[in-house]
Order: sequence, then structure tokens, then C-alpha cells
Amino acid sequence: MQLISYILPEIFLSSVIMILLMIGVFVKKSFRMVNLLTITSLLFAIILVLNQPDETIKIFRDSYIIDKLSVFMKVLTLLFSFFVLVVSKDYIKNTNIDKIEYPIIILASTLGMLLMISSYDLIIFYLGLELQSLCLYILSSFRRDDERSTEAGLKYFVLSALASGLLLYGCSLIYGFTGSTNFEIISSILSESNTGGIFGLVFIMVGLAFKVSAVPFHMWTPDVYEGSPTSVTSFFAMVPKIAALSVFIRFMYVPFINVITQWQTIIVFLSIASMILGAVAAIGQNNIKRLLAYSSIGHMGYALAGIATGTNEGIQSTIIYLTIYLVMNLGIFGCIFMMKRENVFYENINDLSGLSKNHPLLALGFLVILFSLAGIPPLAGFFAKFYIFMSVIEVQMYTLALIGLITTVVSAFYYLRIIKIIYFDKPKKPFDTNFDFGLKLTLAFSSILILIYFTYPSILIKAVSSISLY
Amino acid sequence: MNDIGLGHYLTLAAIIFTIGVVGVFLNRKNIIIILMSIELILLAVNINLVSFSIYLQDLVGQVFTMFILTVAAAEAAVGLAIIVVYYKNKGSIHVEQISSLKG
Repeated sequence: MQLISYILPEIFLSSVIMILLMIGVFVKKSFRMVNLLTITSLLFAIILVLNQPDETIKIFRDSYIIDKLSVFMKVLTLLFSFFVLVVSKDYIKNTNIDKIEYPIIILASTLGMLLMISSYDLIIFYLGLELQSLCLYILSSFRRDDERSTEAGLKYFVLSALASGLLLYGCSLIYGFTGSTNFEIISSILSESNTGGIFGLVFIMVGLAFKVSAVPFHMWTPDVYEGSPTSVTSFFAMVPKIAALSVFIRFMYVPFINVITQWQTIIVFLSIASMILGAVAAIGQNNIKRLLAYSSIGHMGYALAGIATGTNEGIQSTIIYLTIYLVMNLGIFGCIFMMKRENVFYENINDLSGLSKNHPLLALGFLVILFSLAGIPPLAGFFAKFYIFMSVIEVQMYTLALIGLITTVVSAFYYLRIIKIIYFDKPKKPFDTNFDFGLKLTLAFSSILILIYFTYPSILIKAVSSISLY
Repeated sequence: MNDIGLGHYLTLAAIIFTIGVVGVFLNRKNIIIILMSIELILLAVNINLVSFSIYLQDLVGQVFTMFILTVAAAEAAVGLAIIVVYYKNKGSIHVEQISSLKG
């Protein structure tokens, strides 16, 4: 009984998924009800996660862990799945993807992410990962009659399945050369002289780098972001990144902590390459979803820089960075959902021209969020980068910090270009204004959060400071 | 004659795995071949796990293999479904023609 109470959120979500499937099948025209129930059950799951005891617990023969990191990441995952569903309500109605499967599949992939975040064993980790990815394949090709959406799904499927295969090969090598699938036992056996194990480590890192879309395993990101329906893109840009990054942290700091010299240089390389590509490749883009794809690659580079340090401060700065990145992305996607004229959604940057004349408030929202993405003080995005650079400099990785600073400046260019188009170009026809209350509220919430973060940064820091993996 | 040991099995798995990875990248014709290559990768992993499991006298590897078989079946089902909807939209599944998204 005690054991079950520890995995109550997961049990609750899986039973909700089954019940909702039944409702969807037997009740006619039940999309609104299913959507509402999904949203409320995500909120309820947050309460269940927060209710878990405040200590480190390992259950099922140490294959499943509940600790501070997992609780924090689970709350983030559930919260942002909730926000994605709230924000995209208008969009899915207008693009005819308001089928009952849509919220249910989002719920199922959220469940997979919760499993990934808490996994302490290679088998559980793999099952969570696949539950998440299979749902994401379906989501990205959700507009079945749209060529671009199905193409995005096809590309994502092929590349992601390949990455899962590489990751799995790594798992099999780790299992063979350490004799166990449990993270703690692996960590006690794996050493520098275990060549097979190091091979496995490299394969696993390739798979994980693919999941966080770090260069050179990023090639799927722009295509999938552009082709998928915008609501799915917003999901892709936020929620799977939480799970992938927390699994990245867990893998590097628990099973592989004794071979840190082996993986540190790889992560530094991934981080530098992502930062540079994220800054340079976004410059010529005209589609705002494609631009955000490159921007998210760059942001993941900064987040990886925190992991590369190998210290607790590094992990904490990565988690703070991730949290702020999520809030900023929520805001920018909220803005994108407002780019519609007569129920047709636009996604080119030129469609924004002269926005400030017709919609001063929306233009202000864009301004705040884009400045924050570029990392301009005193907005939240600046502090996120500040913590990362602090922890990187503390371990004397000056090159990494320097390249990070330079790419920040370079990437500011394309964010500022959008602001220039919004404020100084000729106005076009105004956008619609009949938006859903949830969308307006979420947009206001995220921009205000970004604006006033500097007044009370200690709230987030305090929540994160207790997370440690040593 | 030498006995067949762990090394032989691992080499076999490594060869199959490489064929799978190369198959994904070199194939320029049909997307079904990519699906087959992915399946080959997963089978190579299974060979690896089972031979390790026998070698280590530990059942966990075989349990893992069972899970991978199940997931591979689900993955193939989803993949084929996506290929079908893509074919309905585009009328072809030539790898070289999958290029309407780029930039």
C-alpha cells in the first residue's frame, strides 16, 4: 500500500487515459469534455506529485526513484503540458485537429516523461522514453490531410527511431560490461579502464543529445518544428526538453559520475556547437517556428554548459535556465497563437510588420519576451544566462563561457530584427482579437513573470537549491 | 576448432547494427527499407542483450529483450501508419522526394 502511494501520480494518469479513451469512444462529440477533463487531471496530478514525501525514496528494487530533482521536473512537465493545452485551445479548433485523441496522446506522452524523469534503471528508462516518443511521432503528424505535417512526422519518426536504436545499443553495452541495469550499481562498477562501458556511454550520449536536439544531432528540429501544427510545436519546444534534460542530468551524475573526464569534453563540444549553430543558423529564417527551432537549439547549448561543469551548482543553474526558458517559450508561443486573421493562422515574420500600430499590447508582449530570449537585463532571460556563466566560470572553463557570451551577442541580432519589424515597418491588416480567455491570461502571466523576476529571484533559487545528486 | 564464445556473438551483433545504421543513411529509394534497417538495429541490440545475459548468468538481459521486442512492434505499427498517411497525401514514398520542408 505504502509502495503504491509513491507512484500515485503515474497510476492516476494512466487510469485517466484509459477512462478518457472509453469516454471518447462511447460519447458522441465529446472533444470539449475530454479536453477539459485532461486539463483538470493534469492539475490534479501536480497536487499528487507535490504530496509526495520530501525525501529520497527508491522503490521496486531500486529501479524507480523519487527525489527532489524528480519532483521538481515532474511538476514542470505537468504544469507546461497543462499550459500547452490551455494556450492552444483556439488553434486546435480552427485547424480541425480537435479530435479526442489529441489531449489523450498529450497525456500519454506526459506519462512517459514522468516515467523517464523518475527512472533509476535502464529498462524503466527505455520504456518511458519509448512511451513518450511514440506519442510524439503521432502528435507531429496529427494533421493527417496536411502534407507538411505528415512529412514532419515521417522525418521525426525515422531519425528518432534511429536515435533510440543507438541509445539502446549503448544500454546493452553498459549492461554487458557492468552486469547490471541499475544506475547505482553501474556507477559503482564503471571505471575509466572499462572500455566497453565507455563505448556504451558514448552511444547513450548520442541518443540523449538527439532528444535535447543538441548539435550535431539537431537536423530534425527545424523541419519538425516547422511542419507540425503550431500547438504541437509549442509542446515539442517545451515539455520533452524537460524530460530529456533531467534524464541527461541523471545519467551523467549517477551512473557515469566516475567517468566524468570521459563525458565532460563531449558535453562541452555539444554545448559549444549548439550555441554557435543556434546563433548563426537562425539569422536567415523567415518562418517564425523555424527560427524558434534554431533558437531552442541555442538555448539547449547553454543548458548543457551547466551540465558540463560537473558540480551541483552547475545542475542547479541548468534547472533554473530550463525553467526560465520554458516560461519564455510559453510566452512566445502565446504570441504566435495570436497571429491570425479571419481564423487563418500566420507564421511568417513578415506578417508581424507594423504590429505595434494595430496591437500595441501584443507588440509589447513580443518585445518583452524577445528581449528576454536575447538575454537583456533586467529580464528573466538575462539571469538565466548569468547563473550558467557563473557556474561555468567557477570551474575555470573560460573558453566555454567566452563562446557563450559571444553567441549571446550574435543571437541578439535575430531577436532584435523581429522587434524592428514589429515596431518600425509598415503596418499590415490587423489581426483578429477574439481570443480565448486562457490564452490571454497565460500570455499576461508569462510576460509579467519575465518582467518582475528580478525583484524576487530568491523564490526560484530556493526551490532549486535543495536539488543535489551527490 | 575454436568454440563459439561471447566475442563471436558481439561481433555478429555489431555487424548487424552497422548494417542497420548504414542502411538508414545510404538508402535513397524507399522508406520501407529505412523501417527494415531500424528493425535490424533493434535486433542487433537483442542479440547483444541475450548473449550478455547468458554470459553473466543473469536473467535481466532476457527480460529487457522481451520489452524491446514489444516496443519494436509498437514502433513499427506507428511508423507504418505515418507512412500510409504520408503516401495518401503525396502519392509516393521515395526518400529523395521527402523535401518540402527545408531552409
